[in-house]
Amino acid sequence: MTQVNRLPGGQIDRTQSCKFTFDGKAYTGHPGDTLASALLANGVRLMGRSFKYHRPRGPLTAGSEEPNALVELRDGARQEPNTRATTVELYDGLLAKSQNRVGSLRFDLLAINDRFSNVLTAGFYYKTFMWPAALWEKLYEPIIRKAAGLGSLSLKDDPDVYDKGFLHCDLLIIGAGPTGLMAALTAGRAGADVILADEDFALGGRLNSETLTIGDQSGADWAAEVVGELATLPNVRIMPRTTVIGAFDHGVYGAVERVSDHMYAPDAGKPRQVLWRIYTQKTILAAGATERPIAFENNDRPGIMLGGALRTYANRFAVTADKRVAIFTNNDDGHRTAADLHAKGVRISAVVDIRPDVPRSLDYEVLHGELVNTKGRLGLTFAEVRLADGTMRTLECGALGLSGGWNPNIHMTCHQRGRPLWNDDIAAFVPGADLPAGMVVAGAANGNLSTTGALQGGAAAAKQALGLKGRLPKLPQAEDAPVNLKPFWYVEGCSRAWLDQQNDVTVKDVKLSHQEGFRSVEHLKRYTTLGMATDQGKTSNMGGLAIMAELAGKTIPEVGTTIFRPPYTPTAIGVLGGRHRGQEFHPKRLTPSHKWAEAQGAVFVEVGNWLRAQWFPQASETHWRETVDREVLATRNSVGVCDVTTLGKVDVQGTDAAGFLNKVYCNGFAKLAVGKTRYGLMLREDGIAMDDGTAARLAEDHFVVTTTTANALPVYRHMEFVRQCLFPDMDVQVISTTEAWAQYAVAGPNSRKLLSQIVDQDISNDAFPFMACGNITICGGLRARLFRISFSGELAYEIAVPTAYGDALIRKIMEAGAQYDVTPYGTEALGVMRIEKGHAAGNELNGTTTALNLGMGRMVSKKKDSVGSTLSEREGLNGEGQLYQVGFKPIDPKDPVPAGAHLMNADGPVDAAHDQGYVTSACYSPHLDHAIAIGFLKNGADRMGEHMRLVSPLTGVDVKVEITSAHFIDPEGERLRA
Amino acid sequence: MRYSGLKVIKEALTGHKGWAPAWRDPEPQPDYDTIVIGGGGHGLATAYYLAKEYGQKRIAVLEKGWIGGGNVGRNTTIIRSNYLLDGNEPFYEFSLRLWEGLEQDFNYNAMVSQRGILNLIHSDPQRDAFVRRGNAMLLNGADAEMLTTAQIKARYPFLNTEDARFPIKGGLAQHRGGTVRHDAVAWGYARGADSRGVDIIQNCEVTGFRIENGKCLGVETSRGFIGAKKIGCAVAGSSSRLMSKADMRLPMESHVLQAFVSEGLKPVLPGVVTFGAGHFYVSQSDKGGLVFGGDLDGYNSYAQRGNLPTVEDVCEGGMAIFPAFGRARLLRMWGGIMDMSMDGSPIIDRTHIDGLYFNGGWCYGGFKATPASGFCFAHFLANDAPHPTAAAYRFDRFEKGLMIDEKGMGNQPNLH
Amino acid sequence: MIIDHPLLGPRDAAEFTYLGDAKLIDRPDWQSETARQDFYEYAYLRENPAGWHQELWFHEAGDRSWLVVTRNTVTHEISKVELARDVARARGRSK
Repeated sequence: MTQVNRLPGGQIDRTQSCKFTFDGKAYTGHPGDTLASALLANGVRLMGRSFKYHRPRGPLTAGSEEPNALVELRDGARQEPNTRATTVELYDGLLAKSQNRVGSLRFDLLAINDRFSNVLTAGFYYKTFMWPAALWEKLYEPIIRKAAGLGSLSLKDDPDVYDKGFLHCDLLIIGAGPTGLMAALTAGRAGADVILADEDFALGGRLNSETLTIGDQSGADWAAEVVGELATLPNVRIMPRTTVIGAFDHGVYGAVERVSDHMYAPDAGKPRQVLWRIYTQKTILAAGATERPIAFENNDRPGIMLGGALRTYANRFAVTADKRVAIFTNNDDGHRTAADLHAKGVRISAVVDIRPDVPRSLDYEVLHGELVNTKGRLGLTFAEVRLADGTMRTLECGALGLSGGWNPNIHMTCHQRGRPLWNDDIAAFVPGADLPAGMVVAGAANGNLSTTGALQGGAAAAKQALGLKGRLPKLPQAEDAPVNLKPFWYVEGCSRAWLDQQNDVTVKDVKLSHQEGFRSVEHLKRYTTLGMATDQGKTSNMGGLAIMAELAGKTIPEVGTTIFRPPYTPTAIGVLGGRHRGQEFHPKRLTPSHKWAEAQGAVFVEVGNWLRAQWFPQASETHWRETVDREVLATRNSVGVCDVTTLGKVDVQGTDAAGFLNKVYCNGFAKLAVGKTRYGLMLREDGIAMDDGTAARLAEDHFVVTTTTANALPVYRHMEFVRQCLFPDMDVQVISTTEAWAQYAVAGPNSRKLLSQIVDQDISNDAFPFMACGNITICGGLRARLFRISFSGELAYEIAVPTAYGDALIRKIMEAGAQYDVTPYGTEALGVMRIEKGHAAGNELNGTTTALNLGMGRMVSKKKDSVGSTLSEREGLNGEGQLYQVGFKPIDPKDPVPAGAHLMNADGPVDAAHDQGYVTSACYSPHLDHAIAIGFLKNGADRMGEHMRLVSPLTGVDVKVEITSAHFIDPEGERLRA
Repeated sequence: MRYSGLKVIKEALTGHKGWAPAWRDPEPQPDYDTIVIGGGGHGLATAYYLAKEYGQKRIAVLEKGWIGGGNVGRNTTIIRSNYLLDGNEPFYEFSLRLWEGLEQDFNYNAMVSQRGILNLIHSDPQRDAFVRRGNAMLLNGADAEMLTTAQIKARYPFLNTEDARFPIKGGLAQHRGGTVRHDAVAWGYARGADSRGVDIIQNCEVTGFRIENGKCLGVETSRGFIGAKKIGCAVAGSSSRLMSKADMRLPMESHVLQAFVSEGLKPVLPGVVTFGAGHFYVSQSDKGGLVFGGDLDGYNSYAQRGNLPTVEDVCEGGMAIFPAFGRARLLRMWGGIMDMSMDGSPIIDRTHIDGLYFNGGWCYGGFKATPASGFCFAHFLANDAPHPTAAAYRFDRFEKGLMIDEKGMGNQPNLH
Repeated sequence: MIIDHPLLGPRDAAEFTYLGDAKLIDRPDWQSETARQDFYEYAYLRENPAGWHQELWFHEAGDRSWLVVTRNTVTHEISKVELARDVARARGRSK
């Protein structure tokens, strides 16, 4: 098909062609077209179907406020549902499909819904589908879900890349129409750092859509010249194809730049879109205005669009929706549309104006009256007019322009809950006084709808925003026509007259909403879904408000408006996620031995953002348990080594260091001797255990504290809180050194022999007994720290070196330990050994357990003040019925004792009311050759030896267990003191 | 007026002239037996059950704006009873059972849809915790099932299991969980209450309490003084503000929680999915929008709007597990104000002032709790004693050390 | 949001971790006769105002200062930012 509706002129590049496909049919357009303009040029008005009634629809607008012409753009994994054809820049090879239809676009089977529109009124679904109850989920809802929704996702992973970036400026200008351009010119010439952002690919805003002149130039030429000058200013950043999506606190704006959406696919290495976080001192909102339609019967047929959109298509894209066009208006703007189209050779069937004193024209007929109905199954063919004298006229036309006035685009002024004000002159809401800090609104967005108003407003706003002195620059001559509008929202007596075209909300629905008591604007919106479509009510809300106001006998501002929410236009979830997906979702923290462990074939596990070696399988091993059992037994029988760098480390120094630790730990540290280490339990202020670890006193005024891996950050933060906020005069400094030191646990009866070969000092039991610590040197002089502490229950040490030496140290340990068959072990063996020893870890320190629950009630010193000590004394945390940490072993050694299982009395009922406790950590103990577990049991300390029932109905476990001490191995602690 | 399919058809044939307002718009009476402050989900449900289950008369609901305008009008519509602790699970299971019969009970289709909720598991300790939780649910008479990754993948084939930073190691499913059309809950309760004689009074803001000799005699409002024998406050989001008028300080902070909806899409997500290694959960509404959310912004706020870092954080979580959502567009974001309590659990109790009762502190669990919260608050107002399933939700639990802390985060509200 | 750090100048709020009401500085005396009640109120009860609020933020991705930020919880406007240590001292806290 040829471009039958192409007009002369316009801003398209006729020297080149773009081939594209819509619903499988090939067409041709030009660079500079949008998909909508190119389709119209080819005589295609029908582009979509409405949400509920599946009414045939064409574009209502020529911009981002489009409710109707939504398509699935591209195919395969790049398929983009609900893409507005009016904003899609045409490129060669573009592929689009219509959506929300069953069958073809022309013969959509769900158009049957339109026949039942009398049943499918606002909120009908709240009143039915209730009987029988089971059928809602089985029958009604699946049918509704399938019919609902608009376009389809491909459900393939988005193949494109998205970036995020940060920009800073003195002045952000939103919108590059006459207002924004004039503001940018004023600010740019004054030397301010300016960002000028516009959602369109062509800058100039309405100047590109109008035939108005500025000075002696066409508006479009003037815009191009200004953009040309701005481009030479290094302090101005021009950002076309960039939508500012929201105004956030303290001058932070979100903006999405569509880097590659105008191409078949992004260039190699380029993102599809970029999310910019713009930090600005001041902002000028120059977002223009959006035209609004007028409601009358069957006002939704393809070919019916906003008058301003008709002008955009004609003047900018050199397209008319049809050869014969009628206009329906309540203001002078409709006549401008007729004049422009007439000048382009389009036949004007008539201009229908509701105002009695209609402007006359020599070029075309002007009627005083109103549109009452239209015809045309898949596109407009006739419009029926009722003249002021009551006589009827039928106009033959394939396009109809609606001009109901313009609404300033005030959305961003309301993103921080500012309330707009009503302006009677233009019968629209304008920005209120409570704008986001630093924002100035100018031009049409501020209610100044003329070109002169835009230029003056832009220049004045820039001066105001930047505090520039002096007079306004001399502005070129431009159009300064008054608005001359008579508010008119809908034609009397209409019923199926569309307000929200996408969601199929009609005048009748608003009336029903009022009749049923849904009268506040929010009830109206929610009950009818008015304004909740993908255009967020940009073209529909005002009509609904006006009708509700009339029914309620109120003014529109009394009825009020719903709240504008970000984003300004719908925004790809992909760009808000940026590069944080797949493996890059969170950063990876690697331990100092990672490279070495990788070479050993270690299997790694995620621990927060850390990757830790979970176990080190050998070639002959077929199951992870085999590996872990070997690692445990080798450690207990000889010596093992494990990277424990991930444990948090905090350096505490100062003359008050011991006093400080006395505050943060519930047990005492003042009397800890230099060269000794002590286990410490930290409580939250509410008396619940927060974390545990060790504090090693390296000097009178120097401690090294360890935390669990998970709590490294919260504990450090807490210590800084205690230091800065509670005891600001303590002479103490704390710093997190988790990353600064590589630390290995060397455990097992041969650990001393192994380390003696590395450590320069004497570490015999006498010289370096259990719980000793100290600054040492290794390998003939490298500074290191040694702690004789044991998580495994064996004779064990933790040795720390500056991180840079971590890799060398693990290799050295392996070399020195070869004669003892030193075995690297991972987190799993570490876990097995700590459960065998009954040490609490994350599963036990779960944020609800007290020192008492953990069997450490007596550690809470009553002789001193420490965080949490007072509130740990509350009755609910003490006394009869408290949970105590105990051990469990199966009566039948073959039975499992799984973590997460609940304890019941052996012969009592099994239900929540009789719950006795739960298993926190479980493992198979290679040492004991059966499963073991630790957990919490009511009055557990008094129930040793009791047989109980352990149930996990979720995983199908119901076994008998015996309550034991949590110390399954070496309860006297002889090994670790050896 | 009874709603039914037949009635809809009859009205369709007769021009819809027979539909009456869903609730009356009465002038406030000088006094009532019971006043419920707050025309949100909980307040309306309270009035409904007071009238229906507890035979109370002369009840009014006072709403400062429009009913259903609080968190029942701005949430992510999820219902579930997958709680861990004894103080919570029976209550939420009671609530889920009320949801299951709600539409027939109040004759309004709130689109209760038990499409299931799935909590993804990413680590062994997380699995241990979820096993304990699932068992607690089953032992309380709720449903729970542990799913393998393969089972999950069969239902959500586009879930990112291959390139996941945090591997998916299964999930805890509650098949009876699901979603409900949130606004319809408020409207259904309002209509049900109104038809039982409850006066629902909108645009009536409570400006103070009249308290004499330790007894609350009524409320000062923007429409004058209204007396009452008993006054129940159910204004989550504004609890501290309201109760400060009775000189009370509450164990809670107000925080903003953002929520998001995408453009309408043909069905892709059958149920609710919760990411266990990031802040993201999502379901798809009957209308086709992906409804999703994440964590609190994290600072005290009454602003009903949030900031960009949280928006990005949520979408990053979404893209981590559903990279096929990248080309779906976020349509609208909004914020609701949460009563974030000191242990993450709510309060349904009397205050130290005679005749003044309190319901609040719902954190972001309030929507699913609506039926049981209303029922239990009505029970408390009618009997001056807690309902058995809400017996733990007392003010004094903090003083006594009886916190109900599901997450184990202690007295820091923004971590619950 | 942007927090104007008294030492470092304006920083994005995303660099900070929030704790809550700056009254958490006023930790009660553990030896007072009413200590249990005082600590209960300190740990659990909040004014939670709709309006100006002094609150604690920790510059976790920065210089590790705890700050007292005076911020309006209705508008999010920030009127004052101080080092928590200075505030604590001014409120009489020492060792």
